Amino acid sequence: MFGVTIIPTFLWPEIATSACAEVTATSRHYVDRLFDPDPQNVLQGVIDMKNAVIGNNRQKANLIVLGAVPRLLYLLQQSSSSLELRTECAVVLGSLAMGTENNIKSLVDCHIIPALLQGLLCSDLIFIEACLRCLRTVFISPVTPVQLLYTDPTVIPHLMSLLSRSQHTQEYITQIFAHCCKVTHSSFLGFLTPEHQTVLFNHGAIQNIAPLLISPSFKVRMQALKCFSVLAYENAQVSMTLVNVLVDGEQLSQVFVRMMQRDKPIEMQLTAAKCLTYMCRAGAIRTDDNCIVLKTLPCLVRMCSKERLLEERVEGAETLAYLMEPDIELQRIASVTDHLVSMLADYFKYPSSVSAITDIKRLDHDLKHAHELRQAAFKLYASLGSNDEDIRKKITETENMMDRIVSGLSESSIKVRLAAVRCLHSLSRSVQQLRTSFHDHAVWKPLMKLLQNAPDEVLVMASSTLCNLLLEFSPSKEPILESGVIELLCSLTQSDSPALRVNGIWALMNMAFQADQKVKVEIVRALGTEQLFRLLSDPDTNVLMKTLGLLRNLLSTRPHIDQVMSSHGKQIMQAVTLILEGEHSIEVKEQTLCILANIADGNTAKELIMTNDDMLQKIKYYMGHSNVKLQLAATFCISNLIWNEEDGSQERQDKLRDMGFVDILHKLTQASDPNLCDRAKTAMQQYLA
Amino acid sequence: VHIFSQSHLCLVMYQVLKEAVCGLIAVSWLASRPIRIKQARNLSSSSPVVSDSARFSHWTLIESCPAKDSWQAVGIGGRNRIAMSGPSSGCGFLMSVVVHGDLALNEQEKELNQRLKRLYPAVNEQETPLPRSWSPKDKFSYIGLSQNNLRVHYKGHGKTPKDAASVRATHPIPAACGVYYFEVKIISKGRDGYMGIGLSAQGVNMNRLPGWDKHSYGYHGDDGHSFCSSGTGQPYGPTFTTGDVIGCCVNLINNTCFYTKNGHSLGIAFTDLPPNLYPTVGLQTPGEVVDANFGQHPFVFDIEDYMREWRTKIQAQIDRFPIGEREGEWQAMIQKMVASYLVHHSYCATAEAFAKSTDQAVHEELASIKNRQKIQKLVLSGRMGEAIETTQQLYPSLLERNQDLLFMLKVRQFIEMVNGTDSEVRCLGGRSPKSQDCYPGSPRLFNSPVHKASSSQTYQTGTAEVEMELDHFSNGVSESSSNGFLNGSSTHGIDLEECDGDMGEIIIWRQLCGGSQAAIERMIQFGRELQSMSEHLRRERGKNSANKKMLKDAFSLLAYSDPWSSPVGYQLDSIQREPVCSTLNSAILETHNLPKQPPLALSVGQAAQCLSLMARTGSGSCAFASVDDYLH
Repeated sequence: MFGVTIIPTFLWPEIATSACAEVTATSRHYVDRLFDPDPQNVLQGVIDMKNAVIGNNRQKANLIVLGAVPRLLYLLQQSSSSLELRTECAVVLGSLAMGTENNIKSLVDCHIIPALLQGLLCSDLIFIEACLRCLRTVFISPVTPVQLLYTDPTVIPHLMSLLSRSQHTQEYITQIFAHCCKVTHSSFLGFLTPEHQTVLFNHGAIQNIAPLLISPSFKVRMQALKCFSVLAYENAQVSMTLVNVLVDGEQLSQVFVRMMQRDKPIEMQLTAAKCLTYMCRAGAIRTDDNCIVLKTLPCLVRMCSKERLLEERVEGAETLAYLMEPDIELQRIASVTDHLVSMLADYFKYPSSVSAITDIKRLDHDLKHAHELRQAAFKLYASLGSNDEDIRKKITETENMMDRIVSGLSESSIKVRLAAVRCLHSLSRSVQQLRTSFHDHAVWKPLMKLLQNAPDEVLVMASSTLCNLLLEFSPSKEPILESGVIELLCSLTQSDSPALRVNGIWALMNMAFQADQKVKVEIVRALGTEQLFRLLSDPDTNVLMKTLGLLRNLLSTRPHIDQVMSSHGKQIMQAVTLILEGEHSIEVKEQTLCILANIADGNTAKELIMTNDDMLQKIKYYMGHSNVKLQLAATFCISNLIWNEEDGSQERQDKLRDMGFVDILHKLTQASDPNLCDRAKTAMQQYLA
Repeated sequence: VHIFSQSHLCLVMYQVLKEAVCGLIAVSWLASRPIRIKQARNLSSSSPVVSDSARFSHWTLIESCPAKDSWQAVGIGGRNRIAMSGPSSGCGFLMSVVVHGDLALNEQEKELNQRLKRLYPAVNEQETPLPRSWSPKDKFSYIGLSQNNLRVHYKGHGKTPKDAASVRATHPIPAACGVYYFEVKIISKGRDGYMGIGLSAQGVNMNRLPGWDKHSYGYHGDDGHSFCSSGTGQPYGPTFTTGDVIGCCVNLINNTCFYTKNGHSLGIAFTDLPPNLYPTVGLQTPGEVVDANFGQHPFVFDIEDYMREWRTKIQAQIDRFPIGEREGEWQAMIQKMVASYLVHHSYCATAEAFAKSTDQAVHEELASIKNRQKIQKLVLSGRMGEAIETTQQLYPSLLERNQDLLFMLKVRQFIEMVNGTDSEVRCLGGRSPKSQDCYPGSPRLFNSPVHKASSSQTYQTGTAEVEMELDHFSNGVSESSSNGFLNGSSTHGIDLEECDGDMGEIIIWRQLCGGSQAAIERMIQFGRELQSMSEHLRRERGKNSANKKMLKDAFSLLAYSDPWSSPVGYQLDSIQREPVCSTLNSAILETHNLPKQPPLALSVGQAAQCLSLMARTGSGSCAFASVDDYLH
């Protein structure tokens, strides 16, 4: 078996070399003829060349190497050339572009794009079509820089004007647009540059392309549809315009709905569903609109079925995940539509064991798509389970689901890892799952591993999931603690990414909640007071809030309060002062006042407040604040300070009475808020007892 | 130039026919395909193997069934249906006078009929009626029905599962639906909402919820489980309760079933379903009320979209019918079929050009074809007398040997006399005997516009009958008389160009025998001759009910002052010349030992027959493979 395969590989080069030499000679002849002084001979030469290169990649490569391209471009641009010759040149160039990616690169390097764009200014339709066909082939290649279409600002308006010339110009131009309208997108940073969309939009792309949706030519309809799907993606301006467009008296959304009919080609159904999905996500169509609920969603679910091609299933699942991400009702409907949850389980069965043995081609195909399928399924599961507890339960009960996530977390493909952790994150919002399946499958282990060394976007998801796993009721909390997670989280708090800092400090906060002394000490030690205070002045409010939360959790139960305050009391009081004096939101101040209230609950820590008149004045100020939450927190603090059963309560009561707190408390007993009223009354009772 | 245009015509025709032939053969192939998916899987790579359920191969069909006749039978069946709607619409008229209040109900019924016709065009309701309501006879006693037997409520104790009760629809789901769908709206979930929606075979115990027994299938509201002939359910879908609309779709092509909830498909619930299942619902606790929608109202779920998908699938299957390596054979066969069709119908120039360009031999002499063409033209233009004469000249013994045929021709001649088109009365009417009524020169094999005009004409006849009754009661004036005429004249108009130049005259106004007294006398005399011929025939050859009826119908024309708008007026329609023409043509061909039907017509008939056989044997794909789709 092996011998048979090896021998040809040794033989091939020889054959290839000899054949190549032969071909080069004939290729040389073709190129030479381009330089013939007789224009008629040149034309014949180009035509012969055209016939010679069709379907012959080696011939194409040879001609390129021999320098045919610059000459062809020269002939094409020369106004002295006959129109026929110029057209044939464009055809040959189009043919050369059909070859390998290297061919395209060479053509682009020879500045074929500006030359062809220039050619479009000619009035002859046949020549224009030949240029457009070649441009189309060049632009749809992934190696061509999209930007080349936009360098000359007159190009786009001219292309728009050519749309009315013929079905061919329509097909090629819309195809070029569909491929050259790139949104640089990163879901993690949330950056979107709709630059290309805006250029096309401003040049009337919508008005010009909309009528093509009902063109008699299927190819034109299809390319126009694709154009709209890339134009509308994450673009509210385009989407809002699209809903108001009428095509032949019909709303565009209805045209798309018709294109999703089940007897239409799958490609058309899928692309139309994408258009409506993007319009919906951009806020142009309501999520409860029938065209979304009864048409787009079922169509996308159908795209996930086993009958569809692997590529279609990937796109279908990704689009569906995107469509329903923000809407619980759509998630609920999708979760019961056509057994979607179990249908997705099938995405993990590639390559199937059968294909490996019987069919090498199939195996290759399956392997190529296996990663894509898995990540798409994870994404869709993540989206499905992001809100509804019942759906999460259904997902975790799907065959081998947790095992699949666990192995997904350590896959080589980063896309799969990211999607798997997103899925895990979505499921980790369930208290029940945290208590059961998450613990049973020890998902924390691969998660911790993932956190050691991963790109930021994976880290964000993974650390966010970790936050949930560190919740107090999670049985995974203990083993995670033992695995040295604190150091890792502390390092996250030093990250440049706000999202990572939030997650790091959030996880620490969760970890500190009702933790024992040892853990708290360890957190303070590992984080370091310096870092803690740096976080308290973090520009990101979320980080600040979670850091305050961490402080609050650290300062709970009396012995802990006294212990922490005895070692870090000074800095903490400083920080508290700073925040209370600073410009912060109500929530931040409330959280800070709560910390103060906790400090007031300590035995020795109390004195840090009592001896700080400035602080007492602040508390007094917040008791009279217009916000009830702040009043409540400040009253809590006072209540703790004057609590009867503790040592020295009498002196504290006296001092605070002198400072006028009793009057304020008295006033607060009349407060309209029942909580505040109760709290004030309880505090007053301390004086009466 | 003439030859050129003919051969051009022949090319166009060839294209059309080729498509038709391909389609037909593929349809037959479809019919012989195994029906069950399981079997199909085993067979997918090999050529279709005839399974038990489809033992009829198309070759036996060709031999055994007189296909053209059955094809016509289909057409006539269709006409009968329409003709029958005549009297019933007459009744409807009378009834509407009496029961004016039920207009809304009639409206709903009309909508129901329209929707069912649109959803299930392939179903022959005379053979297999569609379910339209729950059956008051096929239910357990704890079930109460109301609102035209569409609303079901529970009236038992509802203490234990032993108190469960079901009801079936009036009819089982016909296989020719292809895809069948009904919806049930939960009006009230009652005490516990133990409701089951599904399917069951005839005879399944009704003291049970659907799904619990053999040949019974259900989806239950309380737990969302599906029950497949078993007392224990499988997790299937969400629960359902008051206000929800649950749909049940049976796919008779792959024998599966899925449910919908509020317009959303819940996925396949059952596979390998047996045939002839009835829509069924079951209730178990007091207060449970559900309403059925068998097509009375628009459905919440877009079932037509689902049907579109399956229609496309079946048609793709037909289009992709494998011809494999027999391509050459295939083409030769198609060319033969086309050529034989052209010859059969005496398109001699076209046939000649076609035979030449495809290298085929024509199995009949050109002169013979031309003779037949001549006779056909005469029949189709209503010149029956001349047609009979010419036939007798050219084929001396034909009509002598075939007295029934002669009788039929003569009856037709009598009708043409009434019509004023027969040559004998024409010359009496003072017109040139040469001057002919124009008639489309081509015999129509397929459902061409002319056929459609004919059915609408027949329908008009029905209407006329209603008007007649109106006359009867109110002594009023009938306004309908112009309808038939308009129809007739438009037919003439369309096909004018196909006529010979000297046949261009169109009757301006209808009068008995063209309005000439002499002609009427001749007609009456001819009628007497016909009567005696009939008596003679009966004495010689015994009773012949067909002949008797033919004569009776023809004579009935004279009973009306305006025969054209009478209930028997359809006989005067030029479309009625076609069967006469083709019978005569077939008879002539038989004397030459040529097939009396062209193979193409045979395969059309065969394909139609296959489809109705498929409907009977429960193969649902017949719903999406109409022969008409291939005959444009």
